[in-house]
Amino acid sequence: MKWINKLFLSKKDKPSERLKSGLLLFENTSEVIKAEKVLQKEGYKVKVVGPPPEVRKGCDLAIEIPIIEITGILNLLKTQGIEPLDFIPLSENEILKPVDLFQVKDFGDYLMVRAANMKITVNKKTSVIVNISGGGCPDVPYLASILLGVSLKDFFSPKELAHTLCGYALHLAFEKAKELLCSE
Amino acid sequence: MLGIVGIVPDEKIPLIYGTPVLEEKFLNIEKWKIPVERGTTALIASAIKTLKVLNKPNPFVFLVGDIGKGKGSKELYKFLAENIHKYNFKVLTFHYILPEVDGCLKVILAIEKLLRKPFLIADAGFMYAVKMASYANFFDLFTPDIGELAFLADEKAPHPFYTRGFLLAEEKDVETLIIRAYEHKNAPPYLLVKGEKDRIVFNQKVLATVEKPFVPELEAIGGTGDTLTGIVSALIYAGYSPEEACILSAKANRLAGALAYPTPATQISEIINFIPEAIKILIL
Repeated sequence: MKWINKLFLSKKDKPSERLKSGLLLFENTSEVIKAEKVLQKEGYKVKVVGPPPEVRKGCDLAIEIPIIEITGILNLLKTQGIEPLDFIPLSENEILKPVDLFQVKDFGDYLMVRAANMKITVNKKTSVIVNISGGGCPDVPYLASILLGVSLKDFFSPKELAHTLCGYALHLAFEKAKELLCSE
Repeated sequence: MLGIVGIVPDEKIPLIYGTPVLEEKFLNIEKWKIPVERGTTALIASAIKTLKVLNKPNPFVFLVGDIGKGKGSKELYKFLAENIHKYNFKVLTFHYILPEVDGCLKVILAIEKLLRKPFLIADAGFMYAVKMASYANFFDLFTPDIGELAFLADEKAPHPFYTRGFLLAEEKDVETLIIRAYEHKNAPPYLLVKGEKDRIVFNQKVLATVEKPFVPELEAIGGTGDTLTGIVSALIYAGYSPEEACILSAKANRLAGALAYPTPATQISEIINFIPEAIKILIL
């Protein structure tokens, strides 16, 4: 999905002053209206705004969303068949860029992979997840309870169950661990 | 009273509050039996274990089910803002919750109106929210790990996921990050920074470090930060000064971990069982 790539996009452009929010950009106004309705119905604090010229694409309206909840919002929109053209994370007057470093620690029989503030530890022989640590958002304990005992080889994506940036960081750690341990 | 606020990863659990009882690997509160796993339940269980050694009563907790959708968290913020004045807490610890500035500010406003402000501790999502709300110095103690410290040091980051790349979350950079967090008023008077070395900080100055026993496997075990926050909350409630409590809790958390002879696959409930022994070794 395009929004995933955008999480890692570097831009020097500085849009207008906004604080700790993100903008979802859409192809047309009817999608904006539909998305606003879906999100408000689920209790998300969102509002329709005009995107700054530097980031504008598609229609002239965007939806301002709480940045922390981006993962859950995108999952919800996907279930309704709505896919934004783009996601622009903002803080004050800067476009944000996520931490893009992975750190890997080898414990012998186990490998720990850290992405941003989340860590996943996997048994190297079985590819089974044995621990999840880090994070502070409420989907972390939930995802940990689901992921413990799951094999990286199973058809499973934490992103589908994640709702927050911590959840998304965990998904990145999961994918990295999979790449390191399951690719032939 | 020691108060603890957080979420549990089960949507079926409504907003509940009261004094939990710890039975084996479960917290019993009202009719609910909640498993002790990483997160706020690990924090509560650690506090209970510590308080028992010190002959102090169990904490009073506010919990709600939330798997990340935020509905439970929002309900909890609202409830606390409207009801916190009915309680008299000596220490109040905030933990996992959806970081939301509006909700957090309403809770802070309600605490500001209390006749006696509790000693305020924040970790996890609530710490993120307090920082975003620019109210870090209204609190007394944060318990970040090094990644979260980098987030506190970044005045623009709304979440650790967006901590800017020049703020490296590594052991060698910790003291720089501490200074920067205070410069931007994103740290309370006390910090207990968790890492290979735990650092106890007061107003930018590192008062003490704790690095033994060093058990590398603990970094991989989900919940070792939660247990540390639970122990320090209990010790401050029991009358230890913040500095003493931070040092003692860092030592006890490491020692409990070492006593469990952990592997990276060890679960936090196994370590929690060793907290009483660790506390006794250190204080008796």
